[in-house]
Amino acid sequence: MWALRFVLSRRNRREVLVQLFVTGIKSLGVLSVVAAFIGMILALQTGLELRRYGQEVNIGTAVTVVMVREMGPFMTGLVIAASVGAAIAAQMATMTVSEEIAALEVMSIDPVRFLVMPRLAAMLVMMPLLTVYTNVLGVLGGAVVGKTQLGVALPAYFDNAIQFVRNKDLYVGLFKAMVFGVIIVTVACQQGFQASEGAVGVGVATRRTVVISFLTILAVGYMITRLFYT
Amino acid sequence: MNGEPAIRFERVGKRLGGRAVLDGVSFEVRRGEIFVIVGASGSGKSVTLKHMVRLLTPDEGRVWVGCDCISEARGGELARLRDRFGVLFQGAALLQWLTVYDNVALPLREKTTLSETEIEARVMAQLEALGVADAADRHPADLSGGMQKRVGLARAVILGPEIVLYDEPTSGLDPVTSRRIDDMILEMRERHGLTSVVVTHDLHSALAIGDRIALIDRGRLIEVRTPADFLRSDNEVVRAFLSAQYITRRGAWETEMGR
Repeated sequence: MWALRFVLSRRNRREVLVQLFVTGIKSLGVLSVVAAFIGMILALQTGLELRRYGQEVNIGTAVTVVMVREMGPFMTGLVIAASVGAAIAAQMATMTVSEEIAALEVMSIDPVRFLVMPRLAAMLVMMPLLTVYTNVLGVLGGAVVGKTQLGVALPAYFDNAIQFVRNKDLYVGLFKAMVFGVIIVTVACQQGFQASEGAVGVGVATRRTVVISFLTILAVGYMITRLFYT
Repeated sequence: MNGEPAIRFERVGKRLGGRAVLDGVSFEVRRGEIFVIVGASGSGKSVTLKHMVRLLTPDEGRVWVGCDCISEARGGELARLRDRFGVLFQGAALLQWLTVYDNVALPLREKTTLSETEIEARVMAQLEALGVADAADRHPADLSGGMQKRVGLARAVILGPEIVLYDEPTSGLDPVTSRRIDDMILEMRERHGLTSVVVTHDLHSALAIGDRIALIDRGRLIEVRTPADFLRSDNEVVRAFLSAQYITRRGAWETEMGR
């Protein structure tokens, strides 16, 4: 509820909308390419193995389950960490070294509320949506490879795709996406606010954000999978 | 101007990176005066300024704002004390993604319940007063250094603070623009009766605008004097600082005659 109240309040609305655009719309290009290729690679690798047993028709299941459970949120997390997370860290670090954060503090404007919360709100909204988008494109990419490389008919591919995916897979995947979003914003802002003086500090904060986000996403992704599937 | 201090430092000490950057510094800034802190780079001037608004907390001693101890204030009390200050940062510290107008309007939007029409009237009046109204729709990166400082000052005083802190207001500016900034600081005091604390290594500027000048050297307060007394000082550190800026005793006499 706090998130909804925060987003809808007059003074935050504009900044949240800007961040929704930056996080969501501006990431679509690279995310589309990554998602489609991940689906295509998954389809090709599993399809070639399954063909040995005459089971290539099941690539729809394999691609969809892997995308929805793991690769969708995971790849979305990595792409957003490398693009949006790095951009947030660079902006916060530049603001820190140029005393803009100090200026906010002196004006008694809480940098967390003013800078972090709109980005966090935007990330919580956008990460699940982007993950759904990644899942859909991944499954479509797999369908293209299935049809063109493995001779799997599209109706059979999609029948298989839908048949074995449970609601739980989707919910857990979207939950992961939201957790990854929180990780990305938290790490990026924390590294940005801790930046030391100069351009070197901005570079260090950006690099650390990408590395720490990647490693944390990997570890937390594993823990969530273990929590829900064992 | 009365004698009650606006800011008081009480044996303030601070260590950063294992090095003492302030060592037992004590002084008072009187209400309504322009108090200038001079010193070489890395002497502790900006650190002193940051203690006044609690961007840094002293390891030893206390910093008082009027009757309130800002160095021990927390939460709402700290915010209330900070509201008494406006700060012009060295690089102006304007938010780069906002226009000049939005930068100056920011404190009003965040901290008051004024309507957008009232905010516009106050922001445009302030920008007019500082001669940057034409730049209202531009972004900080499109402005010259001098204009950025004026916009920074407009933002610093938009909420009507009692005390304005200027961190190196003329650094990086040409001599003509520097003198304009000096005039602006004097005008702010004349028009609004503000207490001003100016940190600078530009001694010519300090002598031109300061009511009193404090010299800090390697974290220690050397002297606090009026400009005339500062020029006549026999203190070795003061004399070295003056001669480094090509101000001799003869020059001092000439400056005094000029005042």
